[in-house]
Amino acid sequence: MNWIFEPWPWYIGGPMIALVMMLLLFSGKSFGVSSNLRTLCTLCGAGKNTDFFDFDWKSQRWNLLMVLGAIIGGWIAMNWLTLDATVHIHPDTIAKLKDLKITSAGSAYLPEELFSLHAFTQPKVLASLALGGFLVGFGARYAGGCTSGHAISGLSNLELVSLYAVIGFFIGGLLMNHFLLPYLL
Amino acid sequence: MFKSEAASWFRIYEMFQFKSFHMYGIIGSALALGILMIQLIKRMKLRSFYGEPIEIIDKDKSFYRYSVGGVIFGLGWGLSGACPGPMFTLLGAGFLPILIVIITAVFGTFVYGKIRHKLPH
Repeated sequence: MNWIFEPWPWYIGGPMIALVMMLLLFSGKSFGVSSNLRTLCTLCGAGKNTDFFDFDWKSQRWNLLMVLGAIIGGWIAMNWLTLDATVHIHPDTIAKLKDLKITSAGSAYLPEELFSLHAFTQPKVLASLALGGFLVGFGARYAGGCTSGHAISGLSNLELVSLYAVIGFFIGGLLMNHFLLPYLL
Repeated sequence: MFKSEAASWFRIYEMFQFKSFHMYGIIGSALALGILMIQLIKRMKLRSFYGEPIEIIDKDKSFYRYSVGGVIFGLGWGLSGACPGPMFTLLGAGFLPILIVIITAVFGTFVYGKIRHKLPH
C-alpha cells in the first residue's frame, strides 16, 4: 500500500478522472469545472447588471461542492498522503527550466519561484500569475469549457466542437511554452 | 489531481515540451474510459442513481468561440500551469499564491461575461 504515498502513475490518475465523470453522470450531473468560475461571479453579485451571470446559482450548488471537494482532496493529498512531493520530470526539461532561472525544477511540486509565499513580494511573478489566471478564466468561458468540460467530457461524447477547443488549448499552450514564457517568467 | 501530479506546473511544462507520456497518459486513459462509459450509457440507456434517464446534452455547434477561446485558455494554462480543477486542489494543498490565479480567473470570467456580446462566437 506504500505506493499511495508516492506519485501516482498515469494509469491510476486517468481512470480516477473517468470515475469522477461517471459518478457525476450517474448523479444526473455533468463534469465541467470552469462553470464554477461563472457561479463564483454570480455569488459576488455580477448577476445584477450582466445577463450572463443572471441565473439561479443554487442550481449549481452541486458543482460548488465538487470544487470544495477538490480543495479538501488537495489538502488530504498533500498533508496525509505524500511523503515527498517532488515531481520528477525529464532531465532535459529540468535543464531547460534552469536556463529560464527556475532552479527548483526537479526538486519541488511547483516552481518555488512562482508559488512559494515569497512570490507575494515579487511584482513580476504576481503579474504573470494574474495574467495566467485571467487567460484561463476568460478563455474557458469563451470556449464554453476547460480541460474537464471539453477534453474529458466533450471528447468522451465525441463532440467535434470539443476537439476544436482541445486543439485550441494545445496551440495556446505550445505558443506560451515555446515562445512567450521566457519573457513572462 | 494532486497525487497524479496533474496539478504540477512542472508536469504541464513538460507536457508542452513533449518530454514525457505522463500527462498524455492521464488525459488519454480518462478519455478512453469516458468514451466507453458514455457509449455504454447511451446504448444500454442506463439510468442515474435516482432512476432518471441520463441525458448527455450535445454542445452548440460553431467554430469560432471554441477555437479562439481554446487558444486563450491554452495560453493561460501554459503560463500558470493550472486549469480550473487543479487551481482549487493546489489551494487545498497550501500553495497560497494560487489564490492570485483563482481570483484573476474569476475576474477573467467576469470580463468575458461583460463583453461577450461584442465577441464573435
